[in-house]
Amino acid sequence: MDEKKQTKLLDQLESGPWPSFVKEIKKAAATNPAAGDLLGQLELSYEEKKVHWKHGGIVGVLGYGGGVIGRYSDVPEKFPKVAHFHTLRVNMPTGWFYASDALRTIYDIWERHGSGLTNMHGSTGDIILLGTTTDQLEPAFQELTQAGFDLGGSGSALRTPSACVGQARCEWACYDTMGVCNHVTHHYQDELHRPAWPYKFKFSGCPNDCVASIARADLSVIGMWKDEIQQDDAAVAEYAAAGLDIQKDVCDRCPAKCMNWDGKKLSIDNPECVHCMHCLNVMPKALRPGKERGAIFLLGAKAPILQGAVLSSVLIPFVPAAEIVDTLKELVSRIWEFWDEYGHNRERVAELIQRVGMAAFLDAIGLDPVPEMVAAPRDNPYIFFQKESDGSNGDDKG
Amino acid sequence: MVPMETTKVEGQPRKRITDIGPPNFEKFLHPLIKKNYGQWKYHESLGPGRLCHVAESGDRIYTVRAGSPRLLSIHTIRYFADLADKYCGGYLRFTSRNNVEFLLDDPARIEPLKKELEQAGFPVGGTNNAISNIVHTQGWVHCHSAATDASGIVKSVMDELHYHFTHQELPGKIRIALACCLNMCGAVHCSDIAILGIHRQPPVVRHDLVPKVCEVPTLIASCPTGAIRPATVDGKPSVEVIEQQCMFCGNCFTVCPALPMANAEFDGVSIWVGGKVSNARSAPRFSKLAIPYLPNNPPRWPEVVKAVVNIVEVYAKNARKFERMGEWIDRIGWPKFFKLTGIEFTRYHIDDFRFAPLTFARSTHIRF
Repeated sequence: MDEKKQTKLLDQLESGPWPSFVKEIKKAAATNPAAGDLLGQLELSYEEKKVHWKHGGIVGVLGYGGGVIGRYSDVPEKFPKVAHFHTLRVNMPTGWFYASDALRTIYDIWERHGSGLTNMHGSTGDIILLGTTTDQLEPAFQELTQAGFDLGGSGSALRTPSACVGQARCEWACYDTMGVCNHVTHHYQDELHRPAWPYKFKFSGCPNDCVASIARADLSVIGMWKDEIQQDDAAVAEYAAAGLDIQKDVCDRCPAKCMNWDGKKLSIDNPECVHCMHCLNVMPKALRPGKERGAIFLLGAKAPILQGAVLSSVLIPFVPAAEIVDTLKELVSRIWEFWDEYGHNRERVAELIQRVGMAAFLDAIGLDPVPEMVAAPRDNPYIFFQKESDGSNGDDKG
Repeated sequence: MVPMETTKVEGQPRKRITDIGPPNFEKFLHPLIKKNYGQWKYHESLGPGRLCHVAESGDRIYTVRAGSPRLLSIHTIRYFADLADKYCGGYLRFTSRNNVEFLLDDPARIEPLKKELEQAGFPVGGTNNAISNIVHTQGWVHCHSAATDASGIVKSVMDELHYHFTHQELPGKIRIALACCLNMCGAVHCSDIAILGIHRQPPVVRHDLVPKVCEVPTLIASCPTGAIRPATVDGKPSVEVIEQQCMFCGNCFTVCPALPMANAEFDGVSIWVGGKVSNARSAPRFSKLAIPYLPNNPPRWPEVVKAVVNIVEVYAKNARKFERMGEWIDRIGWPKFFKLTGIEFTRYHIDDFRFAPLTFARSTHIRF
């Protein structure tokens, strides 16, 4: 065996009960020399405890400013097959649903044009086609679009929007997350492929938030109901009979303390409910979201870089399901206009809001302040009172 | 088998197609899902990794969920496609935590599929109060800014925690995530347990490269603490780093390749706990620092594995039913968390960044 192909450290990750990524790389390497060099370079990283990829260069397909992550080895003389080893982000079908033949189509293309390695899926939700040479990017892209697939977002472009499984297979979905996400993705194709702003949109059907939109998305659209929880008393009794301690496991865990169980009947003081999902999660057969459904819009989540991590916060407490798409488009266009004028290079929307202040941001996008937006009103007295311009008391937005 | 419209292309395709977006998901939906879209009534757990969703119509769709290493070869993808053809008409999906799910209309096929998946090395589980798959980043496999590997740690940790993937016996869900640097591709900052690659040395300024590959004003603006200043070195424009002000975030390297951060001796891993994304019971929250630094020790990172397993075991033993990691710590208090886990509390645990005072104990509420 060639000396550089010995992988004594990585070989130790082939054993054990969890499926092994080393086995996967080796399977690909059996027919693809680039996958073999990837394994070799990774072994070197394991030996030296150091990364061996250089800073990404600017590579892509014709006319697109995103969707390809440039990657170059810093030891190309040792591993020439991964001297350039770029990634294609392919926009996944919404909800990550596939028919078997669609998978075969994508991966036959990838066998012809790349390393034969993939992530299902990457952190952005995209299908990650891991590693190919610069000259193969355009041919791979053209075959993918012929087969009905397109690239996702990267860098300073709109990132590939993603959605939970929603109404396809979940009784809690308060709106059609997949339908909205698919529509929005197609509507913003230009922004996805030609960087305008580096925002992320994520769509969850209920406050369980299975796509972590409140932690990760500049715009988090989370399913919400406005009326009473639908309650099936017979099913509640079934859960109780089956051994569920409704007092302890349901009522005592309710953060709003709005539930009462007298041993026979469960009553919910619905106006006090904060829509946390706990009782529905515990008794899915007995309790369901109400019938007046829609979404809550929150804004601004991001990871720590630059000034600290931010969770999304409430912008619009409730948008009826039928109005979600139009509201989103209108909101995005107003924020876009403001961002165009005041946004900084690489600045996420939360950072923009921190810089200009939420009140000024709300003025700019034409939204009235409502108490649902805050955990509490300010506790410092440093108020930027506005000049009285038209004889009013200063609380207008003129 | 599900027919799909494809154009088989030999060599160059005839016409260049762009901006078509993703294919409409509807053509990939199981007929039962299509029929009952938006009409699901409730669901039941049939055991770890097996779900049954019941529609208003009475139709039932069954899900079998299996763990995957996320990094897959085309051969394994084809294997999943073959399994989908054999057991469920070709319909499958992936979850937001990199599990694969097969969608069946015939309950009799659940156990044979489960058996076949397990024999092929793909554990069935990850539902309800299990430890689902670890969401993770690329690490040394394919990232330039990685302070540690991702796949190797995930494999090593899941080898030890696989029992909790295939069983749902924990008090609540445990969501584990790994990011190989502070950029945090993925929601690691809101995980029950977050494993985070960190640098502990300032960047090395490659003065020969700075004028060639970087915009100096952008580079200076990239530093959150203002630690980067313009400097003239050998008569050429460059920058200098005020090392005491560097908190090793790596943002300068993101905008300028001439300031590499990777350092084999000092890079490593930190562990964070108690974050969550779901709104169930308590509000979403960030993970908090548990262990500031553990060494990079490939191929199996024994110190990291031991630390994560310890936190899981102490949680499993002490938390009450439904309590997530952070909710359990809320109840017992941080001093007891450090005592029970045996983790040392150090000066690094006390925040000294922008909103630090908000994390100080600002009351006399105290447990002895």
